[in-house]
Amino acid sequence: MTFFSSLLNSLPGAIAQGLIWGIMAIGVYITFRILDVADLTVDGTLAAGGATAVMLIRAGVSHVTALLIAFAVGLLCGLITGLLHTRCGIPAILSGILTQLALYSVNLRIMGSKANQALSVDKYDLTVSQRFVRELSLKNPLPLLLLITVVVIAALYWFFGTEKGSSIRATGANPAMARAQGIDTRGNIVLGLMLSNGLVAFSGALLAQYQGSADVNMGRGGIVIGLAAVIIGEVIFGKIFINFALKLFAVSIGAIVYYLVLQVVLQMGLNTNDLKLLTAATVAIFLAIPYWKGKVRPRAKAEKEGGPAC
Amino acid sequence: MLRIEHLCKTFNPGTVNEKKALAGLELHLAEGDFLTVIGGNGAGKSTLLNAVAGTFPVDAGRILIGGRDVTNLPEHRRAAFIGRVFQDPMMGTAPTMQIDENLALAARRGERRGLKWGISREEKEIYHEKLKELGLGLEERMTSKVGLLSGGQRQALTLLMASLKRPQLLLLDEHTAALDPATAAKVLDLSDRIVAENGLTCMMITHNMRDAINHGNRLIMMNEGKIILDIAGEEKKKLTKRELLDRFAALAGTQEETDAVLLS
Repeated sequence: MTFFSSLLNSLPGAIAQGLIWGIMAIGVYITFRILDVADLTVDGTLAAGGATAVMLIRAGVSHVTALLIAFAVGLLCGLITGLLHTRCGIPAILSGILTQLALYSVNLRIMGSKANQALSVDKYDLTVSQRFVRELSLKNPLPLLLLITVVVIAALYWFFGTEKGSSIRATGANPAMARAQGIDTRGNIVLGLMLSNGLVAFSGALLAQYQGSADVNMGRGGIVIGLAAVIIGEVIFGKIFINFALKLFAVSIGAIVYYLVLQVVLQMGLNTNDLKLLTAATVAIFLAIPYWKGKVRPRAKAEKEGGPAC
Repeated sequence: MLRIEHLCKTFNPGTVNEKKALAGLELHLAEGDFLTVIGGNGAGKSTLLNAVAGTFPVDAGRILIGGRDVTNLPEHRRAAFIGRVFQDPMMGTAPTMQIDENLALAARRGERRGLKWGISREEKEIYHEKLKELGLGLEERMTSKVGLLSGGQRQALTLLMASLKRPQLLLLDEHTAALDPATAAKVLDLSDRIVAENGLTCMMITHNMRDAINHGNRLIMMNEGKIILDIAGEEKKKLTKRELLDRFAALAGTQEETDAVLLS
């Protein structure tokens, strides 16, 4: 009984964390699924967003302004990776790793050479806080997080439906075709990376407020969690959610499911230190499944039906 | 319309793989010319088209479209003047996007893309009509993903996209080579129709001598990065495949090269 009651107790927290990481995962979706680029900058960007927000709020800046500035910092992170990739000819993955590494030092600078900076909800007015996640009051972060998620998805749905947004989708779908249609693919890749990292930093700023601190390592493995959310969302809703906005919702729900499952396995006694191994293994398996399906299916199907594959 | 002056391009210079793809090529097309380009493998046909399209920077020479020097213009800026259909049916469209979305992208070739909605209702009606003219039933599948279409359907769609916003120059790079003969014939007919209806200036590469003879008003044969044969007007109308091969043999010299053209 204690297992279930403590699980139930941890549900609101898991959902809140899922919603916050969901925004980050939507950022990952933009690069990974729309631009067809795996952007490793995000691990550093998440911490940069968190560090920026915490330090600004501690300096007396309002939490709303802090969120917006964190978003801008994310844009900048994406810009740097984008320029390294498109203007310096460095492969996208390596560009992301370079920016991510550089951000480790930058983030320490932002946080005044400390690896960790606390942000107490008692002292400062915050957007969201873990403190109230089980409270039935206006301070409860869940409704606000849900609202933010809806606004982010609506804004992205609009943007990717515009002429500019469509040209970014074309850039990811077929760059040769995009250039033949007069689309500046290099510029679009930079723009997509900026937008993605902006969202990731925004998510980091929310996360730091929610947990009451920023940590230089808070984004470590972020890309994998983001990918996990994208993939879980696709596995569950891939067949039914065709609309673009619904696909983004699927990513957000994927992040929530990730944190719910995480709570369950933690309650079941999994060592916290083994978490990243488990996440990485899960993502690796789900990324491999479509590839395996493509290799195995014709023969297996034929055997099942008792005839040749075609 | 199109003026190419002393165009040179060498791939992998200074290595054992050095390949002189364009060797001081000169070409001048008048407005409304429909040029067919033939030549053996490695003659520089595709390199010529890609150089005009701006896929890579050239080593020397100039390219002028409608009097404007585009030699140093990046590919996506040059696209404002040029419509293209590729050999690979996969290359001309965005497979994960809808048919109408692909057309909307093409309709904005050369224009600034802003924050207006990517496709308007009036546009969709126009696309419906244009697709109907193709006679492939695509007008009923406007919201289908292009990835679901066959190679022939994609090439037809790419042709429509290339001409949706009237290009000053249409580049067809062996655009029927990957299709079965019946589909290839249909797509060629469609190309003829689109070029004629819009009065386009067009360059078409083909490996099929008969197609090169039967289409267009001018024919060039390329060898080792140069034009070795240029036939236009009445002379082209009377041209036969046998005659073309003989003339090629006389010009290019070796039997091997003649066979290469004949067999390909």
